[in-house]
Amino acid sequence: MVFEKVKEIIVDQLGVDEEEITLETTFEDLGVDSLDLFQIVIEIEESFNIKIENAEDIKCVKDAVEFIEAQK
Amino acid sequence: MKEVYISGTGKYLPENIVTNDDLAKIVDTSDEWITTRTGIKERRISSGEDTSLMATYAAKLALENAGISAEELDFIIVATTTPDNFTPSTACLVQSNLGAAKAAAFDINAACTGFIYALNVATHLLKSGPYKHILVIGAETLSKIVNWKDRNTCVLFGDGAGAIVLSASMKKGVGTIILGSDGQKGEVLQSHALPVINPFIKTNDLQDKNHYVAMDGREVFKFATGVMVDSIEKLLQREEINLSEVKYIVPHQANFRIIDYAAKKLDVDINKFYVNLDKYGNTSSASIPIALDELNKKGLLNKNDNVIMVGFGGGLTFGAALVKWQK
Repeated sequence: MVFEKVKEIIVDQLGVDEEEITLETTFEDLGVDSLDLFQIVIEIEESFNIKIENAEDIKCVKDAVEFIEAQK
Repeated sequence: MKEVYISGTGKYLPENIVTNDDLAKIVDTSDEWITTRTGIKERRISSGEDTSLMATYAAKLALENAGISAEELDFIIVATTTPDNFTPSTACLVQSNLGAAKAAAFDINAACTGFIYALNVATHLLKSGPYKHILVIGAETLSKIVNWKDRNTCVLFGDGAGAIVLSASMKKGVGTIILGSDGQKGEVLQSHALPVINPFIKTNDLQDKNHYVAMDGREVFKFATGVMVDSIEKLLQREEINLSEVKYIVPHQANFRIIDYAAKKLDVDINKFYVNLDKYGNTSSASIPIALDELNKKGLLNKNDNVIMVGFGGGLTFGAALVKWQK
């Protein structure tokens, strides 16, 4: 499950509660700055063995999940 | 076989302290923004001292700490990205200031990894040639190449110099050194030199080049954390030791968030990393020898302690070295 894995990465990197993360959660809601986003993107790239070129376009969890599914 | 150890350290930082609040007066930024994204609270900025002068001050202290005179030096190697001149080299200016008549002097440039590169060159000169003492310096006046109108970069850098004396000996001090470059990623962190201008080029052919530091933060972050983790793991493998046998990791002081993330990936306590970027910002090639001098002068190193130095930066370049403290 892509969503479950993305959720796990976000929880691990940001130390937030799992319940806080839904598909609709935006990174802005989570108080993520650009460096947090770099870390999440790196972890996603390594976990799914993909390359994310335009990290700035990923605004919410759903964007990330859809991007990963399109790459697979 | 002839071995090599660090026999002395020294540093120099300009007196002028520029805090985050001071920067907030010249660009649109804040102490909170800079602190949370970088860990930097203040940096030292030159009041006119150029790279060679800062290098000379640091060198004098390193010679004193090693207990040798400038006349005993076989080489002076300065790692810098911000030399005083195209020629003479910064190292030759330092030689003149110190009166190190016997030394051969030259600069090398590997940006923020420069000190590790210079350490490698010096180590192999000592091991293979009839030499006894080499002065290795990392010195930068980054305030010369920073765009003071760009809030994304000008908050990151500081000026300063760090120096060590490397001496030949029977006891093993400098161990494995790993170096690497990835020139294909050069454009993610650049500062241009002079454009090509001569009477045979039409002016409208000129490219618009400035010398300011420009970087792609995300790519640098990714590269830095990746090579830090990889080169530390490689170093441990080659030396057949584990991290619990290492007293300190002295990383290039670019950004606390990079160090913190690398620590997490290595699954090592962040306190094993010696961090002083809160006081000095990123001083490029000077950051590792400045940190090493602080460790030495604060008495935080005991004989036979293992220290890992790890750097990364423009080029792109990276490097790591394991040193057994023998002083």
